[in-house]
Amino acid sequence: MSLGVNEIRRGLAKGKFSSVEITRDYLARIARYNPTLNCFISVTDEIALAQARAADAALAKGNAGTLTGVPLAHKDLFCTDGVRTSCASRILDNFIAPYDATVVANFKRDGAVMLGKTNMDEFAMGSSNENSYYGSVANPWNTGHVPGGSSGGSAAAVAAGLAPGATGTDTGGSIRQPAALCGVTGIKPTYGRVSRYGMIAYGSSLDQGGPFARSAEDCALLLQTMSGFDARDSTSSEQAVPDFGAALGRGIDGLRIGLPKEYFADGLDGRIAAVIETAIGELRRLGADIRDISLPNTRLSIPTYYVVAMAECSSNLARFDGVRFGYRCENPVDLEDLYKRSRGEGFGAEVKRRIMIGTYALSAGYYDAYYLKAQQLRRMIKDDFQQAFTDVDLILGPTTPEVAFRIGAKTDDPVSMYLQDIYTISLNLAGLPGMSLPVGFVDGLPVGMQLIGNYFDEAGLLNAAHSYQQVTDWHLQAPELEA
Amino acid sequence: MSDWESVIGLEIHAQLATRSKIFSGASTAFGAEPNTQACAVDLGMPGVLPVLNREAVNMAIRFGVAIDAEIDHHSVFARKNYFYPDLPKGYQISQYELPIVGKGHVFISPSEGEHLEIGITRAHLEEDAGKSIHDLFPEQTGIDLNRAGTPLLEIVSEPDMRSAKQAVAYARKIHSLVRYLEICDGNMQEGSFRCDANVSVRRKGEQKLGTRAELKNINSFRFLERAINFEIERQINLNEDGASVVQETRLYDAERDETRSMRSKEEANDYRYFPDPDLLPVVITDADIARIRDALPELPEQKKQRYINDLGLSDYNAELLTANRETAAYFEDALGDAPDQCAQLANWILGDLAGALNRAGLEITAAPITPTMLAQLMQRISDNTISGKIAKEVFEAMWQGEGAADDIIEARGLKQITDSGAIEALIDAVIAANPGQVEQFRAGKEKVLGFFVGQVMKQSQGKANPGQVNQVLRDKLKP
Repeated sequence: MSLGVNEIRRGLAKGKFSSVEITRDYLARIARYNPTLNCFISVTDEIALAQARAADAALAKGNAGTLTGVPLAHKDLFCTDGVRTSCASRILDNFIAPYDATVVANFKRDGAVMLGKTNMDEFAMGSSNENSYYGSVANPWNTGHVPGGSSGGSAAAVAAGLAPGATGTDTGGSIRQPAALCGVTGIKPTYGRVSRYGMIAYGSSLDQGGPFARSAEDCALLLQTMSGFDARDSTSSEQAVPDFGAALGRGIDGLRIGLPKEYFADGLDGRIAAVIETAIGELRRLGADIRDISLPNTRLSIPTYYVVAMAECSSNLARFDGVRFGYRCENPVDLEDLYKRSRGEGFGAEVKRRIMIGTYALSAGYYDAYYLKAQQLRRMIKDDFQQAFTDVDLILGPTTPEVAFRIGAKTDDPVSMYLQDIYTISLNLAGLPGMSLPVGFVDGLPVGMQLIGNYFDEAGLLNAAHSYQQVTDWHLQAPELEA
Repeated sequence: MSDWESVIGLEIHAQLATRSKIFSGASTAFGAEPNTQACAVDLGMPGVLPVLNREAVNMAIRFGVAIDAEIDHHSVFARKNYFYPDLPKGYQISQYELPIVGKGHVFISPSEGEHLEIGITRAHLEEDAGKSIHDLFPEQTGIDLNRAGTPLLEIVSEPDMRSAKQAVAYARKIHSLVRYLEICDGNMQEGSFRCDANVSVRRKGEQKLGTRAELKNINSFRFLERAINFEIERQINLNEDGASVVQETRLYDAERDETRSMRSKEEANDYRYFPDPDLLPVVITDADIARIRDALPELPEQKKQRYINDLGLSDYNAELLTANRETAAYFEDALGDAPDQCAQLANWILGDLAGALNRAGLEITAAPITPTMLAQLMQRISDNTISGKIAKEVFEAMWQGEGAADDIIEARGLKQITDSGAIEALIDAVIAANPGQVEQFRAGKEKVLGFFVGQVMKQSQGKANPGQVNQVLRDKLKP
């Protein structure tokens, strides 16, 4: 089974199958393959079937929404009313959200069916999905390898056909990197395009929700539902949301695409570079005007990101204190013991590491040297992009320096793990939209190509990716699964 | 003692009178069942986000305009990070750099004829925490988050005050101002208006500030004065004993009338302030400020100047009448009914009415005598219907609820006798009855006139016009 969101939508509209039928098919695939892949933390069979039945009724009455009856999965940091929202953390293992995230509510509004909640790195902190209280996710292309992170469960679920589409979040690459490593299409929109309400925060100034799917066309449809101003998120944008689907098919003749030399420098696997070169050739054949550009401050993006994201997370995660919800330690002797043990036992190692680094960076005497300096660098990184966009319409490069690595290969070396995000992280610092699409394989593992757009130009990104996908079939490749 | 000078600055937390909280839609009403007015945002649930209540910003600007402060066009909310069970998010949203209200000032008159300008360093917006309730459950602490997220304006003064009396005058001034502006109900018992005092002492003539202590837990002006005086004395004694003052937070204990050190651990907090990424910087345009300035009510200082210049009131009376908006409103209402009775009204409001209210423990808004009733009384004095002395009796009867002045005068037959025939008849009778005193007067003993006036007034039951009585008596007693 390798149906896409749009195919399902058309099939439902034509009555080729019912939502209940297709939902049952997906639930059956999840039951069969999830024990190996571990993509899902929670499978919501009953809710899915109830929603599917309601969708079939709506379809029969002819009052279907844009996604009525289409089964989808949500990353387990989007709050879902009445359903556990764990953030892949022990500290929220027992947390049942009393409300829907705006993104989740939007999907309900448009009629989508929720299959379940997908695995992830704990609190979205990680690039391999190995930092989950519920265990690693396996890459469907090679189960000994990681799917990337932090939205690894969503990416792997779409790659394995356990869901035609899924939501993710991207703080430093958490949609684009797993999309690349799992061979699916994923887009991180402009900061502010998608409401963060009900999306459990990691780095508030960087976090942005977005979809995974099998194609740019499918991503366009899902992003349409996710986007738009939300009065409950002060940082969401009032910028009008264009019809992303209608923007597809414009072609890319004359589109100016910049290749930052820093994205093709040392550290990039030469075989990936070769795959990307081939993809660039396709784009050139489609009429793109390929230019060399420079983003001189790229190397500063990782240290900058790790100060900003960790500073914010150290504060964002303070609310998990064992007092009002979530995990509380057994028999605390006093308040301090309650805090220390609830948090000490509730959080995993990487989360604790980031909270401690962030706390340090914000401490009296270090604030100027770290947090303030990082804000200055952030501005420089943003300026690099602004400068580049005076000359080009899109920026292109590899999504990751390597293909999916073996599970456990980098767990003892956090810095090497952090370097996986070298090409993706600067967009979050700048707030720009970016996407990853599959463009080939190295060692049987997918290679992702990243496209970066100017502010609120998701339509431009999706159009370019769609143009490429019209003449190639990398996005249609599917792994053979072991049950 | 006189070698020492005390230096005092106040931090005042005024709870803003918005209907909903500063970052959520929950109600701010006081006194609801615990945790019934705390929504997901107030509870700091995962994934929720704050949305600024613009009304709180407008109220802060209102205050800023009223104290003639600099108001930045760009203001930022910051997170103040610390762990406490009644602080749901593990941080308080406050302002650190770039507060809404910058430097301003107010004028105070701690005593008659004394005028001081007190600088205000800044005023910033922040959210209140919840309440920890330690005495309700054995060995457990209850947490009520109804108050969490209530908007506060923290008003920080310069260390410009030199005595507890000045500090109280300043606190009262701010209290009056926020109520004039209708941005705070000023209820100190419910905690809507809280004062912390920074107190230090230094030798007179010394420029450098001494080490300060911060006094907390003060919930009345009386306690503010006492706490500061206790602390000044404690610090002077320490200095004179050769010991040093420790920088710390001290709690005022009203029952024992003393300040006590809080655990020093609380002081070791590093709040790790940083701009809150969930909230955009607040943008305030000149047009916003102008609109708020134009809608400002007359402020106490302006009112006071108007009373002095246009109504001819004394500086002292003008200050007292404008000290709170209710008193000023009472005065102005009464003046509307009796426009030519300005001085009389001021004296009666600040004298008899204030005394009666004080004895009854009532606010002026609850006075049984309305401004209209008082105005009528003034007019009856002025048009000689009654004397000032009889007016006191009428006032007392009005206070007891016997009706308006005219009704009481009528019912009790208090109308002043101005009919000269009637007065002459009374005088003739008194003269006839006291031949001895007539002789004494005619022999040059002027003082005896008082005796005759007294007798006539007594015979008239106080209703004869005293001026007239005096005049007629003099004529008739002439030898």
